[in-house]
Amino acid sequence: MTSGCFVARVAFGVDARVEKPNDVTGPVSSSEPGQSESAAVSSGGPVAAPVSEADEPAEAAAGGAVSPPDQCDEELVLRPLRSGDIYASFQFRTQWDTDFLHHGKKVSHYRLFPKSLGQVLSKFSVRELHISFTQGYWRTMQWGQPFIPSPPGAELWVWFHNTVEDVDGNWKELVNVLSGIFCASLNFIDSTNTVQPSASFKPLGLGNVTDHRFLRYATLPREIVCTENLTPWKKLLPCGSKAGLAVLLKSEKLFHSSFHSQAVHIRPVCKDWQCTSTAWELRQTLNVVFDIYTSGQGKKEWSLFKMFSRTLTEACPLASSSKVYVDVTDNPEGELFDLSPVTPLLSTAVVLGDRRTYSVYDLTKKETFGQLRSLNLVLRWKGESGDMLRPLLHAERYVAGFGLQTGEIHTLIYNNHPYRAFPVLLLDSVPWYLRLYIHTLTVTSKTRENKPSYIHYQPSKDRLRPHLLEMLVQLPPHSVTEVTVQFERALLKWTEYTPDPNHGFYVGSSVISALVPSVVAMDTNSTQERPLFSSFFPTKEESSYFVRVYTEPLLVNLPTPDFSMPYNVICLTCTVVAVGYGSFYNLLTRTFQVEEPSQSLAKRLANVIRRIRGVPLL
Amino acid sequence: MASIEAEKQRGKYAALAIAAVVILLGIPLWWKTTETYRAWLPFSQISELDSLQLQLSVEIEVVFSRGTLSPELQSKVPLSQTREQENQVDGKTMLRYRYETKYRTATIMEEDALNQPSAEEADLSLHMLSESACGSVVVYIIPESSTLLPADMNVYVGKRRTALLRAAPFEGAAGLKEVLSSLEPQVKQVADTMSFSHQDILAALSDRIRIGQVSKERLADSMRAIKSSPGYEITFSLLNPDPKSHRLHWDIEGGVHSYIQPLLDKLSPLANFSVDSQILYYAVLGVNPRFDSSVSAYTLNADSLAHVINPVEARLGSNAASSNPVLNFLLYVPDAQHSPLFIRDHSKKEVTSNAFHSPRWGGIMVYNVNDMYKPEAEFPVDININMAKVMGVFLAQLRLMLGVQKTQPPPGFVLQSPGSAGLADWELDRLMWSRSVENVATASTTITSLAQLLDQIGNIVINDNIAQQVSSAVTSLQAAVAELEAGNLAFALQYSKEAILASERAFFDPSLLHLLYFPDDQKFAIYIPLFLPMCVPIMLSLLKIASEIRQRRAEKLAKKD
Repeated sequence: MTSGCFVARVAFGVDARVEKPNDVTGPVSSSEPGQSESAAVSSGGPVAAPVSEADEPAEAAAGGAVSPPDQCDEELVLRPLRSGDIYASFQFRTQWDTDFLHHGKKVSHYRLFPKSLGQVLSKFSVRELHISFTQGYWRTMQWGQPFIPSPPGAELWVWFHNTVEDVDGNWKELVNVLSGIFCASLNFIDSTNTVQPSASFKPLGLGNVTDHRFLRYATLPREIVCTENLTPWKKLLPCGSKAGLAVLLKSEKLFHSSFHSQAVHIRPVCKDWQCTSTAWELRQTLNVVFDIYTSGQGKKEWSLFKMFSRTLTEACPLASSSKVYVDVTDNPEGELFDLSPVTPLLSTAVVLGDRRTYSVYDLTKKETFGQLRSLNLVLRWKGESGDMLRPLLHAERYVAGFGLQTGEIHTLIYNNHPYRAFPVLLLDSVPWYLRLYIHTLTVTSKTRENKPSYIHYQPSKDRLRPHLLEMLVQLPPHSVTEVTVQFERALLKWTEYTPDPNHGFYVGSSVISALVPSVVAMDTNSTQERPLFSSFFPTKEESSYFVRVYTEPLLVNLPTPDFSMPYNVICLTCTVVAVGYGSFYNLLTRTFQVEEPSQSLAKRLANVIRRIRGVPLL
Repeated sequence: MASIEAEKQRGKYAALAIAAVVILLGIPLWWKTTETYRAWLPFSQISELDSLQLQLSVEIEVVFSRGTLSPELQSKVPLSQTREQENQVDGKTMLRYRYETKYRTATIMEEDALNQPSAEEADLSLHMLSESACGSVVVYIIPESSTLLPADMNVYVGKRRTALLRAAPFEGAAGLKEVLSSLEPQVKQVADTMSFSHQDILAALSDRIRIGQVSKERLADSMRAIKSSPGYEITFSLLNPDPKSHRLHWDIEGGVHSYIQPLLDKLSPLANFSVDSQILYYAVLGVNPRFDSSVSAYTLNADSLAHVINPVEARLGSNAASSNPVLNFLLYVPDAQHSPLFIRDHSKKEVTSNAFHSPRWGGIMVYNVNDMYKPEAEFPVDININMAKVMGVFLAQLRLMLGVQKTQPPPGFVLQSPGSAGLADWELDRLMWSRSVENVATASTTITSLAQLLDQIGNIVINDNIAQQVSSAVTSLQAAVAELEAGNLAFALQYSKEAILASERAFFDPSLLHLLYFPDDQKFAIYIPLFLPMCVPIMLSLLKIASEIRQRRAEKLAKKD
């Protein structure tokens, strides 16, 4: 099996027929013997089932008579973390039933799907759009894996339809429109921070596009997320913030937290398991980690009201399902915490390689709200929480070196699995002003060199495009793999510095995508109704699950001039020029003549004294 | 002593030479290296456009049918006449209308067509015979005895560009000249109705000229209509503030297809239209309606309507895909607790359509559903919205917004109703006349103010791109004016649209802002450390040389004396 096929599997390819990426500029090693076990590439699950074009018109005609029903669902997952924090994850899914695969037909009537996003999809021929805004860094070691990961700052990746001719032009216009919709500075995305990853970001929805010419990926690690981004995000919800779970989204509480991440994911999906018809899926997710322990005067206790200053009173009337899940896996006998009100509904779901148990509160049922007609979940910790299971995969990154000329980026990837080795795809996008010395790239694990089986490196061009480095690295069991590369800092033009250049320059997070071996059998049956949080990344095989890990963004100091210097230099040079010019001018224009030597000062003084004394003058 | 004199002379020459080098070489070099790039703009042509002289030409064809002219007069037609009318609107705007009237007798086929039993059929069969050009008018003179028109009516205006005019019998002795001059006022009236009247054109120019000259009614019409633009977005929004009680279904696709699209198809020469729709939940009006116990209903008074729109507009969202002006049409279904809701006009009477419009913005209609279900019904109730009722109101509002107002016919005129298309050909022509004039006026205003701005602020960089946009705007404007003069309405409109696009693109180009904020005092601060020490010795020695020369001249004069 070639390494190319391997890439496809790791990269979550929905199409098994991925060719080997042909624009590999870096050294590509041949396939290694250890990889033969990964040859069993899943043969395209139901998600990837091809849509037969032939029976589409009939479907469209049938659907044209009655307006197709859109659908929306909402969901909140609460997971008490061992650190005493609480992780709340909102997911809102809107399905828009439309035959978007037919080009030329203009879709312009919107029901539940927001009009602004629908217009963006059709105008820019977008196939898939993922955008996230994050404040704070997800601490994988303390909190485990999030349901939908995101890097600090803003992240945007878009797959365009393969009919688009001017992808860069579309992308440029698209980021400007999106920055208007989300009130964010996405308009700072240009060719200097956009890359086209060859394997790390594969479409998550329908379709067998694998040509990364139609993919654009950009991050803005500097982006600050605040209320002005939340308000337009809430506007996209069918019920707004007026009913349902969204009433909890109060910005003064949400931003008083350790971690806040909001995202919009749009992708084409199948409407049913046979995939006879398709729909746009809009998933709006909001993840937040509350630091209840420090803000609650040392009491390990939380409630909906404490976290959000609101309680739940109703479901969104437009939603077909509206549920609150509380993770009670660690608390089977009630020895760790008390949860009230008690619900008889329990559900188990396999999520992120682990079988978890959840208490379920169905907001569409009246009895959930009880006598008070409001639902306020309260959880009180009883015992001390033990250690958390170390996540199987996590990563960190830092800059080493001293001075302002050179430096070294270290990326550490931890495989905590006791006996299984697995491959990961590492994606690094480094701005052009850090000049990577790619010949210094080393990958070591357990003090031995670890040769990546696939390297895709695209060198930067000054002021045009960043470095792109993608590698497929095999992580030995229970090991730390260190990737280092040296760089030189470039000197910028004075207009290219940010307003606060001494703060430093951000380098976006590395992205690590992997299929991690699963402890329990993953649920590959996508036909079955599953909670939203476990159904974002489709699962292809039982033995592993997909994880994306983002490292910290880097803050690098660049040599920064003193910005009052130009004026000083101008003044100094002018003075030097003026002095030189002045003496030259004098030399040329003055006439020199011999003068009668005048009396010296001493002589004149002596004469004054002599005159006073009445002595003859000298 | 002589050597000292020679030395002094040499010093003087050196100072003069340095001054000459600085002035001849230094200053041009400094000027050249620090100047901002300003591409050439056709300023002279722009200033010509500033004083707008428009000539509008209409071709009128007057066809005499059998029995309207005596045989000896018939032999003298065909002939053509041109009549011009000049209007000096203000110091900078002049309008000249030119009516080219061609007289001829009817052909046999036209005679057949005119013998149809009714005016409508005659109109149709005349249309089958020949297609008249956009902007032109054909008037058929029919004998008084004709039965095509009702007894008390004199003029019939058809669906296309033809009109029938019943002529009073001419005195047998009258010459052709008398006949034509007696017809002229009537033909002029027909032309005013079917192409443009002076007031229409003034209303189209209302941005340019003082308000007082336009009649109030026309001004209201033109202010209600949205500004001329190459494209419009039409958005229908269904506001459902109470999804818990009402589950609303509206067949907007069907409604648009059968009510709105025919009109837009007809208007497609004017602009591009795109239509979309959305449903907004929990969207409420900005004012609380008052409960009126006498009718047991909630009411909105006319003076509170002004406050309705703003809070709703925040929810409507702007159009992400284009920057064309948006026309909003909102259908508001009041929540179960606040229904029924009625709109009252200034005289406290209920508005029958229960709708109102906001000029240049769109319309809002309140749709009460409380009588569609019983109070004990189980919520939410499914409600199908009667699209015929809704779309009728929206269509009327849309016509107002687009400036397609119902023409009030002069006495004695019969206007044929336009039927399914919603718009007669001559109504479209009227709109095209006023839109072309409006476009020309807007584009010329934009271009002249841009030229003025660039002229006044010397720091602005003018890129080649902008210069190209400006010249293409000027060229299109000139072409539009020329086409109007030649009477080619369709081309005139096309060129005027291009002119507007190019002028707006030039005006709003971001590159115009680049060097705008580079004040002179800062430049001065940069230059002074160099220029002051260099210029002071040169100036001083020049002054010294000048004073010496003056002194010597005075000495010479004294010597002579």
